[in-house]
Amino acid sequence: MHPIYRILSQSSKKKTIKLGEFIIIDVDLAEINDLYLQILLSFQEMNGKKVWNPEKVFFVMDHYAPAPNIKAAENQKRMREFSITQGINNFFDINRGVCHQVMPEAGLVFPGMVLVATDYHTTTHGAFGAFSTGVGATDMAAILLTGKMWIRTPEIIKINIAGEIKKGVMAKDIMLYIISQLGIDAALYKVIEYSGDTVKNMPLDERLVLCNMSVEMGAKGTYIKPDKKVYRYLLDMKTEKYKKFKTIEDSDGKTIDNYESIYQFDISSLEPQVSLPHSVDKAINVSQISGEPIQQALIGTCTGGRLNDLKIASKILKGKKIDSSVILLVIPVSHKILQMSIEKGYIQTLLESGAALATPSCGPCLGAHEGVLASGESCISASSRKFPGRMGSKDAKIFLASPAIVAASAIKGIIVDPREFL
Amino acid sequence: MIENIIQGKIFKLGNDIDTDQIYPGRYLYLTSPNEIAEHAMEDVVPDFFKKIAGENRIIVAGKNFGCGTSREHAPRALLFARVKAIVAESFGRIFYRNAIKVGLPVIKLRGIIKKIKQNDTIKIDLHTGIIYVTQLKKEYSFEKYPKQILSILKSGGLIAYMKKYKSYYN
Repeated sequence: MHPIYRILSQSSKKKTIKLGEFIIIDVDLAEINDLYLQILLSFQEMNGKKVWNPEKVFFVMDHYAPAPNIKAAENQKRMREFSITQGINNFFDINRGVCHQVMPEAGLVFPGMVLVATDYHTTTHGAFGAFSTGVGATDMAAILLTGKMWIRTPEIIKINIAGEIKKGVMAKDIMLYIISQLGIDAALYKVIEYSGDTVKNMPLDERLVLCNMSVEMGAKGTYIKPDKKVYRYLLDMKTEKYKKFKTIEDSDGKTIDNYESIYQFDISSLEPQVSLPHSVDKAINVSQISGEPIQQALIGTCTGGRLNDLKIASKILKGKKIDSSVILLVIPVSHKILQMSIEKGYIQTLLESGAALATPSCGPCLGAHEGVLASGESCISASSRKFPGRMGSKDAKIFLASPAIVAASAIKGIIVDPREFL
Repeated sequence: MIENIIQGKIFKLGNDIDTDQIYPGRYLYLTSPNEIAEHAMEDVVPDFFKKIAGENRIIVAGKNFGCGTSREHAPRALLFARVKAIVAESFGRIFYRNAIKVGLPVIKLRGIIKKIKQNDTIKIDLHTGIIYVTQLKKEYSFEKYPKQILSILKSGGLIAYMKKYKSYYN
């Protein structure tokens, strides 16, 4: 039985579960961000009085941190009031950062759990061996009421990645490449397991990128077998006590079967990638788009704002100045990461190069604030989404790339291969 | 409240229609159903609301309908605009769930989009899992909803369901 099925089986209290079966599962952690006041409204409409378990509910004010307009401020205010009346102590306000970083940092994420959030990129936590998935507002209201949700037992697909990553190439490049090869609905309704030497050798920060971007292929969840790197992190973050989750490999050494498909990728000759505006899943070698002018560069979000990302950006920008035609936004994914990158000197380096630093938030990724795009502007971004109008004007262009490409492009004012600077 | 049989004229749409196209982000602040309905699909089909007003409409779309964000406004807008059901090759995962939540039947069906034409009439039977297209004189079968999901839909969505039953049953 695949670990994901094991989690779902435990959570639904069913000894065996079949592919395609509709089951009801218990939720271990329900996270709510400041996007959807509708959650509270639906909860009230359902005649909900008390949430099923206040200790399993978490609020994170991250999409509008701090509130850029009155509506967002009112929504946050109501969420604060709700958590006080409900006795929900787990309230991370605008001074913590993006939920998908803040939760593991607070020691809340561990292998074998069911984590549900009202956010698309919730698949990120599969990197910790959790079953972690996103839902809409009314689904979450029903979870607040009952502590449960329905789910169709998904197919599991395996993506095996082998090969040594070339210098200047990051997990983001690998994901852009994989998505452009497999298509944006390759994992629709399915769980993706990542495996292979490349994944094993990646730092945890980079594995999170694989799991984070999986939702761009329609994935319901992800899974990477927890190893020393994960357990080390859980220890460092003083993660709450959890039962060390046994996988079949742990118990009898046999490999897990039942994959619907297995894809093999060898990335040893992969070049840095850029995903083009609007075109739904097309990514190309950076050399093919070299010279394309950009006006905004973003290093940040739950896809590209972690310590590893700021480290490489700082390496590239050290002693350099960004082009006068460019705005470089640096938005570390959490306050903890912001503090660590200050200590390491990354923020100083980036500020000296001309970057604008903003409060850890989802901000510009969804065109909420902290760097909205005007018509005709082009942005090279370490984020994950580029639907027309996503980051502001419908007539702006969004190129997706690794933080390394973003940093290098900010220097020249055009898209460039980051290896020039490494 | 939905019935077992849904019938009406179809409105044909293409592939990869994302939730921003279904309901533009700039209208997220609206709350009244009438106002929300007016803006459904407006960047893709100008006057969509006016075009389908007054008669039962069923959207028939290509792949990946409702890809994009998790906002519930997307299926809500279509529901308020009096769309009775959506048949598509495939759906964005969260949109699919959200549609059921708001009481809008969503049906995955491969192959129908190629032959069907704008304004054809179809009859969907949720009980038997059959769609009948009048003009093609053809039947298509789809995967029926599990009892649990059908119950949510027939209650008129998850809010109404939870008000009534207070819990999922296993």
